[in-house]
Amino acid sequence: MLVDVKVPVLAESVPDATLLDWKKSPGEAVARDEIIIELETDKVVLEVPAPQAGVLSEVLKNSGDVALSQEVLARIDTEATPAAGAETGDKQSQPAKTAAQAPAPAAAESASSALSPAVQRLVEEHGLDASAIKGTGKDGRLIKGDVLAYMDTNKPAAKPPAAPVKAPPSPPPAKGERAERREPLSRLRMRIAERLVQAQQTAAILTTFNEVNMQPVMELRKRYKDQFEKTHGARLGFMSFFAKAAVQALERFPAVNAYIEGNEIVFHDYQDIGVAVGSPRGLVVPILRDVAQMSFADIEAKIAEFGAKASDGALTVDDMSGGTFTISNGGVFGSMLSTPILNPPQSAILGMHKTEQRPVVVDGEIVIRPMMYLALSYDHRIVDGREAVLFLVAIKEAIEDPARLLLGV
Amino acid sequence: MKSYDVVVIGGGPGGYVAAIRCGQLGLATALVDEWLGTDGKPALGGTCLNVGCIPSKALLDSSHHYHNLAHLLPAHGINIKGASMDVATMQARKDKVVQTMNRGVAALLKKNKVDAYSGHGRLQAGNQVAITVHGGGEEVVAAKNVIIASGSVPVAIPVAPVDGDRIVDNEGALAFEAVPKRLGIIGAGVIGLELGSVWNRLGSEVVVLEALEDFLAAADRQIARDALKAFTKQGLAIHLGARVTGAKATKKGVSVKYEDKQGSKALEVDRLVVAVGRRAYTDGLVDDDVGLAMDKAGRIEVDETCRTNVEGVYAVGDAVKGPMLAHKASEEGIAVAESIAGSAAHIDHRTVPWVIYTHPEIAWVGDTEQQLKDKKIDFRAGSFPYRALGRAHGSGETEGFIKILADAKSDEILGVHIYGAQASELIAEAVTAMVFRASSEDLARTVHAHPTLSEAMHEAALAVDGRAIHM
Repeated sequence: MLVDVKVPVLAESVPDATLLDWKKSPGEAVARDEIIIELETDKVVLEVPAPQAGVLSEVLKNSGDVALSQEVLARIDTEATPAAGAETGDKQSQPAKTAAQAPAPAAAESASSALSPAVQRLVEEHGLDASAIKGTGKDGRLIKGDVLAYMDTNKPAAKPPAAPVKAPPSPPPAKGERAERREPLSRLRMRIAERLVQAQQTAAILTTFNEVNMQPVMELRKRYKDQFEKTHGARLGFMSFFAKAAVQALERFPAVNAYIEGNEIVFHDYQDIGVAVGSPRGLVVPILRDVAQMSFADIEAKIAEFGAKASDGALTVDDMSGGTFTISNGGVFGSMLSTPILNPPQSAILGMHKTEQRPVVVDGEIVIRPMMYLALSYDHRIVDGREAVLFLVAIKEAIEDPARLLLGV
Repeated sequence: MKSYDVVVIGGGPGGYVAAIRCGQLGLATALVDEWLGTDGKPALGGTCLNVGCIPSKALLDSSHHYHNLAHLLPAHGINIKGASMDVATMQARKDKVVQTMNRGVAALLKKNKVDAYSGHGRLQAGNQVAITVHGGGEEVVAAKNVIIASGSVPVAIPVAPVDGDRIVDNEGALAFEAVPKRLGIIGAGVIGLELGSVWNRLGSEVVVLEALEDFLAAADRQIARDALKAFTKQGLAIHLGARVTGAKATKKGVSVKYEDKQGSKALEVDRLVVAVGRRAYTDGLVDDDVGLAMDKAGRIEVDETCRTNVEGVYAVGDAVKGPMLAHKASEEGIAVAESIAGSAAHIDHRTVPWVIYTHPEIAWVGDTEQQLKDKKIDFRAGSFPYRALGRAHGSGETEGFIKILADAKSDEILGVHIYGAQASELIAEAVTAMVFRASSEDLARTVHAHPTLSEAMHEAALAVDGRAIHM
């Protein structure tokens, strides 16, 4: 029986998805739920599992092609056995012929013998799967142009072919080799680029800075982190403090939590805070929903979950839609100070940075404190300078005196 | 009335090949051909076999051998004194070659159970063919399908009317009984150049008058330049931009008047060959009430599958549009036969090779650089000269080169141009490559025997990528 493998239902805001590399070739066996291809959308990478076990019988779209929601990408023959190269069920008449031919690209030698010299060279050099490339030559053969076009629209194979063992050791071959390397922009990167430029051109972005003494929070954390972990199962980091501090400040300064939509300002009486996370495919911002209702433990657990999903490429579109405010932490990479860019259509973003022991003055004396610079970039169209500064001061004060979060002052 | 599945009108490379294929496919087939040989007997094979491809190549080879006696062999240490050319023997040999081929075609038709009629065939309404049989009588046969392969005839120009003696066309030029002392040729096309080469090698003083300014306009520009130099060196006086305004034949020769940029000129020759082109031959071919559509150039109008506007009537070869080449006619003939028999037939005009049998030979397939530029296709070119080939030096034939044009992005081969010995044979590899849409890299990665001239194809492919080894 032939089973369709379809593109998952895409969210309304996502028009289509681009196929990444096929993980299985026609003729190969697939297990139920085994991921056979990934799809890249503007926001997330979607995994497409095999709905049933069987043999991947035909692939209807190539890597790099664009597919619509629910479009059939491939078919699985649930009754076939792999490596026999069986395609449809009714092949009883030509078992001998199938064996004699070299159909299943699973047999690498037989497939490569049908490839022209140039195609073979390209396939080997770049570790490509010839069966994933559409042939436009005579009788559907692969011609060099087909492979070149395929490479133009696909990222290089995850695993480069076994690098030739070079005699020279550790120092990199930087012998004045000025080769260029070109990689196509992934859809995700292109979308991020678009949004960044759009943010910059629409909003009047300014940044205000402040610094925060992290010592009180660090001490609090040191005192309670083991107990916290034991009680809640989640590690106590700093983000929960900042998230909570942000919620309090956002309640106090609603303009920072609002958007401009056309000629209106949309105020939100909830706070959905996006936490920027790095992933192998670029920066993504999953959203903590209704942070005012979340406890510290809830926040930490959710952030950990997002981190894991991001590195697995498992964040959903829903995970990343919406958000009224964003917190970004450049400090984990060593950033001392920066001017974050807005995450449209939001009107502000908080940038956290590296905590450094610095000499500061307390009661007329120089002391050493762990200091962090904070940056708040904001849309001056709806947040005025005074509000922005006070907002940031509110966060600073809440961090420096966490009791304020408890008491709501 | 006899009835056939297919009646083919015309027994040249388009017609007889179509008929053989029809026979192979089990169709009841008849072929009508009106050509009679010099002995008055039916001579199948059309223009190609009788007064075209076959006899001209026979004479080109004969004359080439004679030319080599004096020009090539001494370098090999061979010295011949008192060599002479017996034209009668040469012509007899040529006639024998033609006769052998005529009989061969007749045998093939018989083998494939094709009824061959010798006479003039005329298409009548209702897909009937009226045959005026040579030797008397008229027979009408019914045909479910008709394939018209009536071929072409030389274009006649009123300023130089062919009389078959002093002023001749290709037929006459192939049959001279003696080497003309001075030979004038109107037209520097394929036929003019080949015939001019034959007699020039045998001792004629040859003058070629070409009305166009460009020499070999359809060929690669560098080939045209090199060939013009070579032929001029061989002794052909080629005048471009020279338009003949009059030719008067007398008992002793022909007085030719022509005009070029410098004004009016006059020329005295012993014989004059008119080789200005060919036109589709459809005289007396079709009854008026058939309503067969013709195009402006007098050719039978056909679609991409060689179908005419009349149901069941096809036309192929020189009688329809496209290059006037025997192999093109044959390809179309086969495609039509297969389509009549129910298979899907496809004619690929993109990969039809062109050959000129001068020496050095010229052959090409696909586009020229100019055509690619006009189509705005970016390309890379790779060229390799014969003089860098060991084999060419070994034989002493070092003039020429092979040039390959490949798409700049996909590297697909878009055109191959050969100028040099054996070009007519070497081009076949290029045609195969282009049929399979090979890239220049595919040819570069194909082993070519050493030492051969075909290595020039290999190196030219390498040269596309700037990495020829022997240059």
